[in-house]
Amino acid sequence: MGKRDYSMLGPDGARAVEIGLAAAEWYHTEVPRKQMKELMQRSDSPAIRDSVILFGCMILFAGLGIYLWPSWWSAPFWLAYGVLYGSAMDSRWHECSHGTAFKTPWMNNLVYEIASFCMMRNSATWRWSHARHHTDTYIVGRDPEIAVMRPPEFFRLIANFFGVFDSIAAMQRMVYNTFLGVHPEEKTFVPQSEWPKVVRVARISFVIYAATIALAVWMQSILPLMVIGLPRLYGAWHHVMTGLLQHGGLADNVIDHRLNSRTVYMNPISRFIYWNMNYHVEHHMFPMVPYHALPKLHEAIKHDLPAPNRSIAEGFAEMWPALKRQLKYEDYFLKRDLPTTAKPYREDFHAAALGAVATPAE
Amino acid sequence: MPQWIDACATDDIDEEDLIRFDHAGATYAIYHSPEGDFFATSGMCTHEAVHLCDGLVMGHLIECPKHNGQFDYRTGEAKRAPVCVNLKTFPVKVEAGRVLIEVP
Repeated sequence: MGKRDYSMLGPDGARAVEIGLAAAEWYHTEVPRKQMKELMQRSDSPAIRDSVILFGCMILFAGLGIYLWPSWWSAPFWLAYGVLYGSAMDSRWHECSHGTAFKTPWMNNLVYEIASFCMMRNSATWRWSHARHHTDTYIVGRDPEIAVMRPPEFFRLIANFFGVFDSIAAMQRMVYNTFLGVHPEEKTFVPQSEWPKVVRVARISFVIYAATIALAVWMQSILPLMVIGLPRLYGAWHHVMTGLLQHGGLADNVIDHRLNSRTVYMNPISRFIYWNMNYHVEHHMFPMVPYHALPKLHEAIKHDLPAPNRSIAEGFAEMWPALKRQLKYEDYFLKRDLPTTAKPYREDFHAAALGAVATPAE
Repeated sequence: MPQWIDACATDDIDEEDLIRFDHAGATYAIYHSPEGDFFATSGMCTHEAVHLCDGLVMGHLIECPKHNGQFDYRTGEAKRAPVCVNLKTFPVKVEAGRVLIEVP
């Protein structure tokens, strides 16, 4: 495969459609219907419990940060608040976009709107981009949510631990949507009936940020921005750290999530922030299973999946050298061994689709 | 010319569940509601080519297993994004413990 074109309007997307990679039927592990129905069952209580803890901690930490401002003693509270705002909101945005966090639809929608705002994502646009991410996961030119493109831009990846490029791009897009309407790329995956909503959401966000900046100017202090806006930068590191592990260094242009997604065992705090999305192969294979049931799903299908990484550090130790190698060899990817109990990868199909260089993960 | 087709036995589908039924190159979904009634729709989501039979029935809603779009399977009405286009529905009747659907 030659140089990749990640544009939604470019030749790689057209090629994916032409050869049947787009909207394809993906591999999934067989799970008995009765068991899958149990795993898919919705409940409000786990997400209400987690939301009370999350928003309670955010109010507490921001309150202490404001109280101690401008002393350096406020710093630990801002760091904690920032991670909840700039990282935990990413997983809330994600799970609520699927409608699986809560059983009650309005609760999903409420948390989705709050989380989208915190993450500087247009709630109307991103609902559709994420649907495409699940249809065409890491299909070049089709998936608008590819976090690590090839060759990897390490400066950009590292800068995004502090939300730099993501925030700049989000602000530019918000201004574009506010004054010029829906962007041509967005029109490739957002239905026309939703375009007015895209513009309305952008304008609401624009007004909130403008009011926050006006308050900061009036107070002659960045304190209002420490509460709204800046936490998307100083608290982004955790969601970038976990997000890179989702697909980084693995295959693209395949239709088996075992080849392009990674499950990583994590500590309980990271799992709370990440809402169990460390079970990422499981999530992609069965996106209707709520976050609180993913550990059970993992137990049910792990015989058919590559062995999970045992920690975040181990995941990075596997991924980072692969990304570095992709600087020279764009087609390189990690191919993780399957256990003997698993159904094999469809080598014939993926070899034809990729024509790429795969190396078994050590 | 519409015709009634024998799709399944009534006890082939648990209450608040569905099964897939294929006939003459088309795929359908047959539902058993919590009240004990039966309904039929086309078997594929209108958003993308995904079989609804792997989805979750919640009351009178069927949720697509891929993107979590939802339809009211009694009317076919699209109820939750990303589905925007309604699902086609088909008449159903029960005779002697069998579920029959009328197909075009």
